[in-house]
Amino acid sequence: MDLELSEDQKLFRNTTVKFLENEAPIEKVRELNKSGEGFPRDFWSQGAELGWAALLVPEDLGGGSISGDGFKDLAIVAEEFGRLTSPGPIIAVNVVIAGLVEGAASGPDHSSEIEGLMSGESIGTWAAYEPNGHWDPLNPSTSAAANAGNYVITGVKDRIEVGAEADVFLVSAKTDAGIALFLVPADAPGVTVESVDSLDFVRRYATARFDGVTVPAEAMVGTEASAAEITERMFQVAVALQCAETNGAIDRVFEFTVQWAFDRYSFGRPLASYQALKHRFSDMRTWLECCMATTDAAVQAVNDRDPEAGRLVSVAKAYVGTKAVQIVQDCVQMHGGLGVTWEHDIHLYLRRVMVDRQLYGTPTDHKRRIADLIGL
Amino acid sequence: MSDQMESVESFRSRAQAWLEGGGLPARKTSADPREAPAAGESDHETDGLALWQRQRELQKMLFAGGFAGIAFPSEYGGQGLSRAHQAAFDDVSEKYEMPLLLNVPSLAICSAMLIDMGTEEQKQKYVRGAISGELILCQFLSEPSGGSDLAGLLTRASRDGDTYVINGQKTWSTNAFAADFATCLVRTDWDAPKHRGLSMIIVPVHDPATHMNRVQMVNGAMEFCEEFFTDLVVPAENLVGTENDGWTVGQRQLFYERQAVGGGSPYTSGRSPDRGSRSGLTIEEVARKVGKDKDPATRELVGWAHAQDTVNHQLIKRITVGMTSGDYPAMASSMMRLAHAEIPQQKQDMMLDIAGDQAVTSLPEGDGFLKSIGVSYLMRQGASLGGGSSEMSRNMISERVLMMPREYAADRDVPFKDVRRGR
Ligand SMILES: Cc1cc2nc3c(=O)[nH]c(=O)nc-3n(C[C@H](O)[C@H](O)[C@H](O)COP(=O)(O)OP(=O)(O)OC[C@H]3O[C@@H](n4cnc5c(N)ncnc54)[C@H](O)[C@@H]3O)c2cc1C
Repeated sequence: MDLELSEDQKLFRNTTVKFLENEAPIEKVRELNKSGEGFPRDFWSQGAELGWAALLVPEDLGGGSISGDGFKDLAIVAEEFGRLTSPGPIIAVNVVIAGLVEGAASGPDHSSEIEGLMSGESIGTWAAYEPNGHWDPLNPSTSAAANAGNYVITGVKDRIEVGAEADVFLVSAKTDAGIALFLVPADAPGVTVESVDSLDFVRRYATARFDGVTVPAEAMVGTEASAAEITERMFQVAVALQCAETNGAIDRVFEFTVQWAFDRYSFGRPLASYQALKHRFSDMRTWLECCMATTDAAVQAVNDRDPEAGRLVSVAKAYVGTKAVQIVQDCVQMHGGLGVTWEHDIHLYLRRVMVDRQLYGTPTDHKRRIADLIGL
Repeated sequence: MSDQMESVESFRSRAQAWLEGGGLPARKTSADPREAPAAGESDHETDGLALWQRQRELQKMLFAGGFAGIAFPSEYGGQGLSRAHQAAFDDVSEKYEMPLLLNVPSLAICSAMLIDMGTEEQKQKYVRGAISGELILCQFLSEPSGGSDLAGLLTRASRDGDTYVINGQKTWSTNAFAADFATCLVRTDWDAPKHRGLSMIIVPVHDPATHMNRVQMVNGAMEFCEEFFTDLVVPAENLVGTENDGWTVGQRQLFYERQAVGGGSPYTSGRSPDRGSRSGLTIEEVARKVGKDKDPATRELVGWAHAQDTVNHQLIKRITVGMTSGDYPAMASSMMRLAHAEIPQQKQDMMLDIAGDQAVTSLPEGDGFLKSIGVSYLMRQGASLGGGSSEMSRNMISERVLMMPREYAADRDVPFKDVRRGR
C-alpha cells in the first residue's frame, strides 16, 4: 500500500473495498470457480460505473480520476483485487485502454471503442502471446497483409486473458512495414476462440485463431512507427498493475497468517512465540515492505511517464515476482497441513500470485531485460 | 527558525558552484578503492592515520564552505537544512573526495544521538567538534561477554566526587584508533536489574589509563580495536542523560545506528560509490572483466543484483516516510537494517559466482581486483553483525512491529550481580 495516499484516494479505496467485499467475497470466488464462470458481466459493468475503466482515459473522452493521477488510482483498485482474488478484467481492459489512448496520438481515432470499454459495455483484451512462445510482444508471427484498404490477419494467439469473454482483441501482427496493432472484434468472420482454464480460480484465458480475418485500415492502433512505443506503454501498465495486485494478495495472506500464529498453540504456547517462526515472519514482513516500495516506485514512474519507467517496472516485476510466491509458500508452511488443503483460502492467493508471476514476462525475463536497459 | 529555508534546487546549484570552484578536490578515479571507502567496510587503506588526517582536512573544508552537517541544527555547527538538501549535496558531490569515513559512527550515530540526549555543553563541544572536523567520535559498546546482549555489559564506572572512575574492557570498536572520544556504555549500579543500572559516558580514547590493541580482521584489515580501562578518570559532566538511565540513551544511539547502517540516515554527508566489494568494481564491471557479459546466466544475475539494489533504496525511502508520518514505529528501522545486510550479501554471492576461479587466486599476469572479491567475501557476515546482528533485527521486527511475544529472558528483574554469565 502506498503510504502517501491523499484523502480522496483513501476514500476511493474504501469505496472499492466495500464494493468488492459485498459483490465478490472469497465465497463468491469459489462459487464462480465451481460454475466455470470467470466473472459475471454485471459485476464488471458495476465496477466500470465506479470508474475502474475510466482512470486512464483523458478527460476529453469522458474519463478522468479524482486525484489527477489516474494510474496511481488504478493501482489502488488492482491492489484491492489482489486482496480478495477478485474476478474481472481489470488488467486486461485497462491495458487495452492504455494502448488505445497511446495510439490516438499517431493513428486512427478509437474514441468510440474507448467509450465502450470505459462504460463496461464492451470487454477488450491484449492478444500478445503466441503458442509455444515466450513473452516477446514485438516479434509476432501473426501477419497482417494489406489488401485494398483493408488488412487480412492470419495467425494464432494464446494465453489471452478473458479471451472467451472479450468483445474485442488488440492483436499484434507483422505487416510489410513492420509491426502493427489492430483492434479485431471477437465476432469478426474468421475468428475462433477456445477458452482454457488457468491456475487462478477465476482468471480464464483463451486461444484465438485468426483465419484470414479482414479488418479495415482504421482498425490499426497507432502506426507501424509507433507500435513499439505503444506496446511498451501497455507492457508497463500491465506489469505495474500485476505487481500492485500481487501486493494486495500477499499483504492479505501475511495478515491472516500472522493472526493464525497468534491463535494457534503448540506445546502450550502460540506459534508466534517461537523464535524460529518469529524470524521467518520478520523476513516476510521485510520482503513484503520491499515489494510495496518497489511497486510504488514503478506505479509512480508509469503514472508520470518517467523515462525510467521501463526499468523500474522490470525491477518491480523481478522482485515482486520472485518474492511473492516465496512469501505465500512460507505462509502455507506456517499453517501446517491446513495450508495445503482445498478448504483453506490460502491456495486461492497462491494461484493468483503464481499467475501474476508467470505472465507478461517471468522474473527471469525481467532480470535479463534490466541487464539490457542498464547497458550491459 | 525565522527566515524561510533555502529551496533544495537553489541549494543544489550553490553546492555545485562551490564544488566546481574548488571547494573540494576531485576524486582521482572512480574505481580506486582508496578514494572512497564505504562506511562500515574495512580495508587496509583505512588503517593508516594519514588517511584519517585527510578525512579531518576534508571535513574542515566542508565546514569552511558551509556544507558540513547539512541536516544538523545550525546552533551546533550544522546547516539546519533538511534530508532533501543533504541528498542533493550527495548527488552533486559524487565526483569529489569526501570524508566518508566520518559518516559512521562519528556523525550519523554519535553526534545524532548527542543532539537528542546531550547537554548544551556536550553538544557545543562534541557535535560542533565533529561537524567542524576538529574531532572524531566512536562507539564503545560491545564487550567480549556479548554484543547482542548489550545491556549485560560488565564495564563498571563508580562515581568519585566530580568524576567517574572506569574499569573494564570494550571490543570490536570500529576505527577507535583514529578517534578522539567515545560514547561508552558502562554499569553504574550492580544491584539493579540489567537495564536499570547503566550509564552513558563520553570518554577520551587516548588516555594513559586506557590500553588499546588493534584487532586484525579476516581480510587483514586493522579496523577493529579493543580497549582496557584501568581506573580511567573522566569528569562527571561527561555523563549523557542521567545516571543509571543509560539504557534510554543507548537505545537512542542504537536507533541511529540501525538507521545509519540501514542506509537511511540524514546525517551522513557524501554517498559511497555503489559497488559490491572493496575491489571498487561494480558487478557489471566484473562481468565484463571476466568476459561473461554476453552470457545469459550472468546477465540474469547482474539484472537481479541491480533490481535488489534499487529495491533496497526504495525500501529506505518507504520506511523513512512511514516512520516520519507515524504510520510505522521507530523499530521499523530494523527492516532497513535487515535488508541492508541481506541484499548486499546476495550481491557478494553473485559477484563471487561471476568472478569464478579468479576470485580466489592471483594470476601472475592477472588482475588483483578480482581476488579482492574473494577477500571481501571473507568478511561477508560483517554486514549482518555490525550495528546489531540480523537475528536481533528479526527479534525487533517480530516483537516490536508485529507485536509477537517477547523472548524469554532469564535475567529479567534480577539484580545484575546475581545474573548468570558465560565465561
Ligand atoms: C564490522 C563491525 C563493526 C563493529 N563496530 C562496532 C563498534 O564500533 N563499536 C562496538 O561497540 N561494537 C561494534 N561491533 C560489534 C557488534 O555490535 C557486535 O558484533 C554485534 O552486536 C554482535 O555481538 P557479538 O559479536 O558479541 O555476538 P553475540 O552476541 O555473541 O552473538 C553470537 C551469535 O548469536 C546470535 N544471538 C545472540 N543472542 C541471540 C538471541 N537472543 N536470539 C537469537 N540469536 C542470538 C547473534 O545474532 C550472533 O549471530 C562491530 C561489529 C562488526 C562486525
